[in-house]
Amino acid sequence: MSIMKISPEAMHETAHMFSIDNYHPLTAMFGRDETASGLGYTIYMVFENFEKRDMDIAKAVFDPHGHLEYETLTKLVPAAAWFEREIKDMFGIIPKGHPDPRPLVLHENFPEGFFPLRKVVRKNQQERGKREYKMRTSDGEGLFEVPVGPIHAGIIEPGHFRFSQAGESMLQLDAKLFFTHRGIEKAVEGKTPDEALHIVERICGACSVSNTWSFCQAVEKALDVKVPRRAEIIRTLLSELERIVNHVGDIGNMPAGVGFNPAISLGGRLKEQTMRLCEAVAGNRFLRGVIVPGGVRQDITHELIVEIREVLKKVRFGVADMGIMFKEQDSFQNRVQTTGIVPKEVAVDLAMVGVGARASGFAHDSRKDFDYGMYPELDFEVCTHKSGDVAARLLVRLEELEVSFKLVDQLLKLLENCEDNTLKADLAYNGPRESWGISESPRGSNFHYVALDNEGKIDRLFVRSASYANWPAVPFAVTGNIIPDFPLINKSFELCYACIDR
Amino acid sequence: MFKVLERIFKDKIATEQIALTGSDRLRGKIEGSCNSDCLNKCAKACPVKAFQVEGNDYKIDYKKCLFCGKCVEAVAENAAGDLHHSSNDVMPMLIEAGVEATADVLKNKLGRSLHVRHLDAGSCNACDFEMGALSNSYYDLHRYGVAFVASPRHADLLMVTGVVSRNLEQALKMSYEAMPEPKLVMACGACAAGGETYGDTYAIVGAADKVVPVDLYVPGCPPRPSAMIVALLAAADMLKEQM
Repeated sequence: MSIMKISPEAMHETAHMFSIDNYHPLTAMFGRDETASGLGYTIYMVFENFEKRDMDIAKAVFDPHGHLEYETLTKLVPAAAWFEREIKDMFGIIPKGHPDPRPLVLHENFPEGFFPLRKVVRKNQQERGKREYKMRTSDGEGLFEVPVGPIHAGIIEPGHFRFSQAGESMLQLDAKLFFTHRGIEKAVEGKTPDEALHIVERICGACSVSNTWSFCQAVEKALDVKVPRRAEIIRTLLSELERIVNHVGDIGNMPAGVGFNPAISLGGRLKEQTMRLCEAVAGNRFLRGVIVPGGVRQDITHELIVEIREVLKKVRFGVADMGIMFKEQDSFQNRVQTTGIVPKEVAVDLAMVGVGARASGFAHDSRKDFDYGMYPELDFEVCTHKSGDVAARLLVRLEELEVSFKLVDQLLKLLENCEDNTLKADLAYNGPRESWGISESPRGSNFHYVALDNEGKIDRLFVRSASYANWPAVPFAVTGNIIPDFPLINKSFELCYACIDR
Repeated sequence: MFKVLERIFKDKIATEQIALTGSDRLRGKIEGSCNSDCLNKCAKACPVKAFQVEGNDYKIDYKKCLFCGKCVEAVAENAAGDLHHSSNDVMPMLIEAGVEATADVLKNKLGRSLHVRHLDAGSCNACDFEMGALSNSYYDLHRYGVAFVASPRHADLLMVTGVVSRNLEQALKMSYEAMPEPKLVMACGACAAGGETYGDTYAIVGAADKVVPVDLYVPGCPPRPSAMIVALLAAADMLKEQM
C-alpha cells in the first residue's frame, strides 16, 4: 500500500489531483493518532481510482503541538462533509470554513474538548459534560416543524429527524444520527485481529458478512496472506447469500411504506425462508461465525449445496411473483414513481455507493471495480437505472436478486469442482503493517482500514460502511416530497444506522 | 396479480408451531463436558467472559454468551472432551424467580394480551430484524395476543435491544418513565442482557439493567424469534401476576 505523505497545506491540491472534479469518488477520510511513533496526528484521504483498480491514498501530517487546523475540503469534494466533522469530534482537528461545523458523532452529554480516539484517552474513559447540538430549522409564516425520533413508532433503529414543513411538503430534513455510537473503533484497539473479530462481526447485523470480509481482507493484505481458493468461494457465496436475504427483506419492506399488505406478507415469508437457509449454512441466522482472518471456519458440505439450491429455487419464484405484484398495481406504481429522486450529479458529487448510486445511473459496484473474492472469475452485469426514484431503487434490487441467484449457481459449481480442501491459511505477524479491504455489501461498498502495530495488535480500525456514504443523499431525495412519502423514500434506501454509528 | 394470489393461496398457511430446535449447525445451548485442564483455556478463549470455571466444572453465563463457538473450538483443538453446541435454544431467564422460562408457556395461553414497545439502545440491528420477523407469517406473533405499539405510553413491556450507548441513555430512561404501571422490561440479546459484547468504551454505559430495572433476560446473539416468543409469553404471565 503506497501512501503519499503531505503537509496540511497541501491537502487541497492533493484532493484536487486525486478526485479530478469528483470523477474519482472519495471513499474515506479518517484521522489516526501516530504520536507514539513521533509522527503526530494524521488525516488519511482515500480516493477510488477506477483505472488502476486501486485506491489513491494520501496522508496529511499534523504537528500535535502546532495548530490542528486545515482548510476544509468539503467545498471541493462534497463527500468529505461528514468525514471532516467526524475527524473533528474524534481527534480535534478543525476543518476551517466547514459549512456545517456542528458535532456529528458525540451528542450533548459529552464535554467539549474530549477527543476519544486520541491515544491519551483511555478506552473506557467516561467523561460527562455538555456541548451544543442545534437542529437545523426554517423560519417563516406558516412554516412548522415535525420532530421525529430517536425512538420511532416501528421496530427500527434510532435517529432524530427534524422536518421543516410548508403544509405537507418537506422543505428541509435535518437528521441527527450516531445514536448507537458504541466506540467500536476504540474498542478493538490493542486486540489482535482474532480477538477483535467478534466485535467487527457485530458492527451491524444486516451487513455482518461484508464487514467481516472487508476487515479480514485488510488484515490479510497487510500480512501478505493468500486465502485458500475454497475459502474464497465460500466467502463469496456467503456474501451473495447476505445480498439475497437483505434485498428480499428490503423489497418486502418497501410496500410497508404504502400499506400494501399482500406484498409485505409474501416478502416476510420469503425472507424467513432465506434466513433459515443461512442458519443451516452458518449456524447463525446472520451468517456470523464463519469468516475468520486467513479463511473460513466451516465448510459447505454436499448436503448443504443441495439445500441451498432447493431453497433458492423456491425463493426465486417468490421474488418473480413480487415483481409481478408491484408491476401490476397501478396505485403502488403511482406512489413509487417520481418519488424521492436523487439526480445523477448529486449521486456522483456525494460519492454515493451501492443500490442508491446505481438507481441514479452511477454504475458503482465494488464487485466490478476491484479484484476480490471470486468475482473476477464470475460472469455478471451491474444493474443500473436512470430515474433515481423509489421505483428505480426497487427495480435495481429486483434485478440484482436475479443476478445474485445466477452468481450462487456459478459459485456452487465452482465449489463442487474445487479439489483443494484447505479452509484457512496461517497468519504471521511481523512489524507494523497497514492496509485496506473492500467488499460490496447489500447496501454498497464497505471499506475497512486496519493498521497493526509491532505485536500484530490493532492500532487503528476505520470502518466506512455503505450507509455512511449514502445517508447524506437522503435529505436531498426527500426535499419537495410530501411527508407521508418519507417512510417510503427512507425504506427505498434502507440504510443501516448501526454501521454508520459504530 | 390474481395468478400470484392464487399461488399464495395454494401455499396454504405458513404459520408454524414454535420449534425451539434449529438446524443441525445452529450454535445453541452449550452441552457436554471438558477436561479440567482445558477449562481455563476455554475461559480465556471466551471474548465476553461468559465461560466461567467453577472448580472442576464450568458454567455458562448465557446473558453474555455470543454463541460464537470459541470455547467449543478450544476444547476440540486440545481433544479435551466433548463440549459442543446443541441445536436447542437457550431459554429466557426470569429475574424475579431466578429461573429459566420453560417451553410450557407456549401451550394453552391464548386469550391474553401484552403490548410491547421496542427500544434500540445501541444494537447492531440483528435483534431488531429478528423482532421484525416475529410478525411474518411463520411466527405470527399476533396469535398470542402480543402486539408492538408505537409509544411507551401504550406499553406493558419495554423490549430493550443493544448495549446502552451514551447517546441513548436518556431516551431509555425517559421511555421507561413514560410507561404506565405495572410495567416490565426485557433485555433482549447478549448486548442488552450481558453488556460485554464490545467491552467497556467511552461511549457505552453497559447492559440495560445498569439504567432501568430488568425483569427478563433473553440470551442469544441475536436470540432466535422462537426464543423471543417464549420470553414474551413468559412476560405476559408475569404481568398477569402483577395485576
